[in-house]
Amino acid sequence: MSAQPDLLYSEEEEALRAAVRDLLADHCDAPGVIARTESDTPHDAAAWKALTEGMGLAGLLVPEKLGGQGASHREVAVVLEELGRAVAPVPYLTSAVVATEALLACGDEELLGKLASGRTVGALAVGLHVAPEAAFAAVRVEDGRLYGELTGIADAAAADVLLVPGDDGGLYAVEAGAVSVTPQVSFDLTRPLATVTLDGAAARRVGDAEPAVRRALRAGAGLLASEQFGVAEWALTETVRYLKERKQFNRPVGGFQAIKHRLAQLWLEVVNLRAAARGAADALASGEDADVLVAVAQAYAAPVAVRAAEEALQLHAGIGMTWEHPIHLYLKRAKADSIAFGTAGAHREALGALVDLRTP
Amino acid sequence: MTDAVELERRTAELLAAHPPTRLPPPPSTEGPAGPSLSSATTGKLDFLKARFDAGLAWVHYPEGLGGLGAPRSLQVVVDAALEAAGAPDNDSRRNGIGLGMAAPTILKYGTEEQKQRFLRPLWIGEEVWCQLFSEPGAGSDLAALGTRAVREGDEWVVNGQKVWTSGAHNARWAILIARTDPDVPKHAGITYFVCDMTDPGVDVRPLRQITGEAEFNEVFLTDVRIPDSRRLGAVGDGWRVAQTTLNNERVAIGGMRLPREGGMIGPVAKTWRERPELRTHDLHQRLLKLWVESEVARLTAERLRQQLVAGQPGPEGAGMKLAFARLNQEISGLEVELRGEEGLLYDDWTMRRPELVDFTGRDAGYRYLRAKGNSIEGGTSEVLLNIVAERVLGLPAEPRTDKDVAWKDLAR
Repeated sequence: MSAQPDLLYSEEEEALRAAVRDLLADHCDAPGVIARTESDTPHDAAAWKALTEGMGLAGLLVPEKLGGQGASHREVAVVLEELGRAVAPVPYLTSAVVATEALLACGDEELLGKLASGRTVGALAVGLHVAPEAAFAAVRVEDGRLYGELTGIADAAAADVLLVPGDDGGLYAVEAGAVSVTPQVSFDLTRPLATVTLDGAAARRVGDAEPAVRRALRAGAGLLASEQFGVAEWALTETVRYLKERKQFNRPVGGFQAIKHRLAQLWLEVVNLRAAARGAADALASGEDADVLVAVAQAYAAPVAVRAAEEALQLHAGIGMTWEHPIHLYLKRAKADSIAFGTAGAHREALGALVDLRTP
Repeated sequence: MTDAVELERRTAELLAAHPPTRLPPPPSTEGPAGPSLSSATTGKLDFLKARFDAGLAWVHYPEGLGGLGAPRSLQVVVDAALEAAGAPDNDSRRNGIGLGMAAPTILKYGTEEQKQRFLRPLWIGEEVWCQLFSEPGAGSDLAALGTRAVREGDEWVVNGQKVWTSGAHNARWAILIARTDPDVPKHAGITYFVCDMTDPGVDVRPLRQITGEAEFNEVFLTDVRIPDSRRLGAVGDGWRVAQTTLNNERVAIGGMRLPREGGMIGPVAKTWRERPELRTHDLHQRLLKLWVESEVARLTAERLRQQLVAGQPGPEGAGMKLAFARLNQEISGLEVELRGEEGLLYDDWTMRRPELVDFTGRDAGYRYLRAKGNSIEGGTSEVLLNIVAERVLGLPAEPRTDKDVAWKDLAR
């Protein structure tokens, strides 16, 4: 086996985390995020602008010569941890990771530069539920124009350009103005899905769909684990904080052993998730052992993030059931994430082949 | 400060003065035994003594006590160079309690004379140590212990019963905690001693366990006389001294470096690959889930190790024992099922007194039964969850009814 992945955070990564956390504290407070979910603008354009034009974070994966930061998946993972912790409604994972990775595979320098700046938001028009190895839908290509309908496209409503797989094996860039994007009522209110309908949309072929989509979904799956870690860590930290204060029977509720053990067990899983997520991020950055470590992280992350949010709800009890309390945003994100880029079961199945533990 | 370059230089000097040779493995060995190592010019014990005296035994220990006052993280430099040269090592697994628990406690609380007397033969492995802590009435509530030590002149006379004492039958010395003052609350009346296991009042009886063998013992102490010069720390300060011992037990767990499939999952994965006729869909799902959890636990342990090397120890160590205990139990349980008809058999119930716990040298049934102890030994999982909740998450401590009561007045 090759060298161990670097599972720590560098000083620069910690500084990046602090800066992102500060920014999100200013832009994405919980009441604001809850209010936005039912507004006409579910995406937070101001936060996006601050993250991208202000900090250059949309270009972390893009080489400097193309206008990016020339950083790696390790830094992106840190940003995603913080975005998860804030359930921030910005199209970072979809544009700065998934669409960007697809364009990196195609080598489309012009669009890459635009996405890196953050002034153009991209979305890969592949359903959010699709696993890295799974089949994905394509639209009909006729005389260079696209016809068809694609559903479950995350953050499509925020996108300026869509990357659409065609039935000729190509990946096409389509201006958002050339298609109709219809929001779907989404379980995760902070990462809304939409249907993209193409009726003779003008399109430009940027490369081959298959390798671009595979690469994009693998990076999305691996880095999603860092977002899931952020969600889980928020749920644990917030629940511990609340239960130190909340008193029943003349004692802090967090002092009852049944609850202490549940929280300690959850802490253990969250700590494990951090190691798994760092493993995937470092492997994506180095290219070493990435298929296995991405699948391991995704096979582990979803149940932990969902359980953390579910435990947060149960241990907050009544207040956790209210629309006013932000727990439901985390629960909905965690549950949606458990399907995004393939379920844990799909990733376990992929691992069976990767590490030679075959089906009967 | 001694740096890596200096350590490499000193290691090279040691090897030049005592060149080792690598011997071929004996022809009939089974399993993954490494080559036998010995030194061409020096007997194994003499080599280890020379290594100790060169300060290369545990480099973070002080000069004159087997170390050079170097950062602990640099030990790997020495170990790697010695391993590459085929030098003999001190079989640390055979004296885990001595190296992992007694030594750091002696270093912290021992007198100069005690350090000089005990540490060298301990590290070399000439003298094996055991731990006389737990008692029939003092398990998780260790501080309730009732073994009495009464002072008579320059000696202490000890009476009582200890239990779950691993390796007592091989041990030359024991670290012992005993009650020296029953009239104060339980934590305050304990004193820490070094007990001579050859004293005629020490009676070691094997305690046969569910695996058939006896790793541990009951130890009956009857008028055992311990000179006051073998007390570690002040009279009545034994609980605090014992904390050093127990904290080091957990550090020792965190320091390991495992390859993928290096733990209990290894033999199961191997069986799965080699025996397709045993596979079922249900087992496949469970195997993959446990494989993932094993790999994640390995990454967590690796991350903890990287933190230690970087000098930023994290609280993750508190959870590692919990994680590995559960995994070992679930994996070995799955392994017994996977073997189907063979799972109905057991390799050997013969009563033995093994020197080491050998998980890989035995069958699945043994692993399943032995792993049951993983959530009990060295702190039950329930107590460890309390520790995580209170020390890591900062949740309130359990309500106590025993804090301000003299030990002799406690319910038992």
